[in-house]
Amino acid sequence: MGRQLQFEIFRYNPQKKGDVPHMQTFTLDETPNMTLFIALNRLREEQDSSLMFDFCCRAGICGACAMVINGRPGLACQTKTKDQPSRITLHPLPIFKLVGDLAVDTGVWFREMYAKTESWVHTTKQFDPKRQEERMDNEVAEQIYELERCIECGCCVAACGTARLRDDFMGAAGLNRIARFVVDPRDERTDKQYFEIIGNDHGIFGCMGLLACEDVCPKKLPLQNQLGFLRRKMGITAIKEIFRKK
Amino acid sequence: MQTYYSDLLVIGAGLAGERVACEAAQSGFKTTCLSIVPARRSHSSAAQGGMQAALGNCAKGEGDCCDIHFIDTVKGSDWGCDQEVARLFADAAPIEMRRLAHWGVPWNRVVPGQSFYFKGGEKFEKYEKEEKEGLITARSFGGTAKWRTCYTSDGTGHAVMCTMDNRCAELGIDVFDKKEAISLIHDGKTCMGAVVRCLRTGQLEVFLAKATAICTGGFGRIYKATTNAVICDGGGHIIAHETGLVPIGNPESIQFHPTGIVPTDILVTEGCRGDGGTLLDVNEERFMHIYEPDKAELASRDVVSRWMTHHMRQGKGVKTPYGEHLWLDIRHLGDHHISTKLREVDEICHHFLGVDPRKELIPVRPTQHYTMAGIRTNKDGAAYGLEGLYSAGEAACWDMHGFNRLGGNSLAETVVAGGIIGSKIVEFLQGYETRFDTRTVNLAVKKQEERIHDLIHGRKGKLNVYQVRNELQEALMKGCFVFRNQEGLEECVETLQKTLEKSRKVGLVSDGIGANYELGAAMKLEGQVRLGLCIAQAALQRTESRGSHNREDYPERNDKDWLNRTLAYWPEGADMPELSYEDTTSVFELPPGDRGYGGGTIIPADEKYVKERTVKSPVTEIGKKK
Repeated sequence: MGRQLQFEIFRYNPQKKGDVPHMQTFTLDETPNMTLFIALNRLREEQDSSLMFDFCCRAGICGACAMVINGRPGLACQTKTKDQPSRITLHPLPIFKLVGDLAVDTGVWFREMYAKTESWVHTTKQFDPKRQEERMDNEVAEQIYELERCIECGCCVAACGTARLRDDFMGAAGLNRIARFVVDPRDERTDKQYFEIIGNDHGIFGCMGLLACEDVCPKKLPLQNQLGFLRRKMGITAIKEIFRKK
Repeated sequence: MQTYYSDLLVIGAGLAGERVACEAAQSGFKTTCLSIVPARRSHSSAAQGGMQAALGNCAKGEGDCCDIHFIDTVKGSDWGCDQEVARLFADAAPIEMRRLAHWGVPWNRVVPGQSFYFKGGEKFEKYEKEEKEGLITARSFGGTAKWRTCYTSDGTGHAVMCTMDNRCAELGIDVFDKKEAISLIHDGKTCMGAVVRCLRTGQLEVFLAKATAICTGGFGRIYKATTNAVICDGGGHIIAHETGLVPIGNPESIQFHPTGIVPTDILVTEGCRGDGGTLLDVNEERFMHIYEPDKAELASRDVVSRWMTHHMRQGKGVKTPYGEHLWLDIRHLGDHHISTKLREVDEICHHFLGVDPRKELIPVRPTQHYTMAGIRTNKDGAAYGLEGLYSAGEAACWDMHGFNRLGGNSLAETVVAGGIIGSKIVEFLQGYETRFDTRTVNLAVKKQEERIHDLIHGRKGKLNVYQVRNELQEALMKGCFVFRNQEGLEECVETLQKTLEKSRKVGLVSDGIGANYELGAAMKLEGQVRLGLCIAQAALQRTESRGSHNREDYPERNDKDWLNRTLAYWPEGADMPELSYEDTTSVFELPPGDRGYGGGTIIPADEKYVKERTVKSPVTEIGKKK
């Protein structure tokens, strides 16, 4: 016989007139290998059809189901109930706009980030379908992929002290995005161009170094390393600029 | 009512949808994409293995060419594909992979020198040539003659999806997320766009366009056990099908993957077996080599799924509270390989099973995986029945997969077909003008408003949405899974007819306000049951075994009577689909023959029929034109 789980879930539907944010309690019998994906779907199908939350791949690959689980941002699909106390509190991610209950709008935030970072390979080369591909070192390819593994779940942003203080902070996800292009030899942008995007307080110099982003990243991305790498690179760029002006 | 206008409306912003959009936007057309989720969460991003293209750069891919890729694809389809389409695909795939490299995909590259690989649990050696250093490399996948699958570690879909979405951002394409198309706007001849429900507010909106492309992926979620993301629920198919004008091609053609983990049905990649993983039974003994001496674990997916089911029926399955399963063993691949090349698999095992694949076995069983079935289009991607409507990717029955899709061909199809069909849409849009009839638009919106009102107020009935959906899922698992027979299919059709009645009588429990999920589920329920009925009825009629469609009572592949494609229409107000048939392919570049795996006998097609359609210089078995 499994445990009886008690779920404390944040409820608020902004589209519903007169609705006020509140916590609601649900109980559910735990079953073997139960994840929050299984539990939340059961709650919606069996107890309250109006419950709002997002899941997509339910396999930890897409990042849709990030929420605050017992006070910590994480992916609900890969959270096994057996690793949690019998009382589980669920909140939506902060920073992002609330869609309803546990569902937030990460899409708009990340699209704005792509625009800010100009998240694409900047090259003057034209693609020629008749030619062999340009060569690349396999290690470089793997290095790029390491940084491209971000699933945009928003956990790092939700856990970030600076992001709570200032709306325009790019967050670890945004800075990691820039790092991805910095290591990519196909991108012809110069350090000075990157400096213009991130060499300020809403970029690389806004980070307070609290390290929460890396702590909560479900893909275990080396977010603080990247931040350090960029900060050093941008610091050097800044000094060079000062001397050039003289 | 918020109304948006563009030249091209793409419904679904996965790889196929965004690739189509890029092609149109590059040519200067205003392009809008809609997606239920932020584009990068699309199911395309979950594909781990890779994309097939005959680049021939790596040692084990030497001598590969488009002809061999074409032959593998046709054989894989069990001669169920359109050979003109398979040819278009095979020829364009290498160019498309290079284009992706140019756009930013970090493909793994050839590293010269000695390295090792596993096959069937044995270790082999290979040497990569110096002169190939840095070119796009490939790995081995089931059902292919050469190593042809281009990859980025084990996150190919994710990496390509990032690049494609970046490309959309660069081109300034409007990609709206949390928007769900709930019906097409059309006048019986021309498609004008779609009525869309905003999944942030619940509001209805209108998206008008000269051309509309449906790229919404597969509909695996109508099965209970599926590897598909929860968004792969057939939404795109349903809105096309319910026009009554657009048929679903080959609905009986549904693929099952051998290695869904138990109990959550999350897929572990075919790369596990490609890299040398083995399947074990309850006694922890290998069995695939008994049934398939040559290819063993690397036989085609449908073949492996079938032998696994067969082996479990022989009492060799592992019994658990979740039903029977078998084991996947990757322990011998070692820590380094598992932590780099199979990292996603490693994570899945840890997060969802609490299993360490270096030391423990992974519980697996066959699970619904891919829908070769889809919105029937011609080779240009234009849907049958409505002008201005297109479809690409898994949503479409374009039809390069026929009755069985090869691993690595689906992810490749998304971008290759997206490019080809995108350019055909550009041709269509050039010089094309249209008129939008406001009356038609208003009627389409009103119809949806009424449906929503009826569901919220339980005007047609108060049956529970989830219970009815469950009935559909269970019926398909029972009657339309890996093995099929007359009795089971008849029962399935009968059950689903009752389910169809019920689906018309559901009502919401909740208030349906805002981004309400129950309302979304209720709105597509009847359409889902219709899709289920198409599968069951088409499978019942097709009295042969071809590819993934396996009839225990008709084990032969019958080219004499069934070298054709099912078209399932659903006329307005009907209770059953109307089936008709068309020739599988108008030309044979590769005349029907043995597909080279899986055994079984073939009832040959009429010689004269094949001869008349065979092109002058068919490809031969070794892949060189005569």
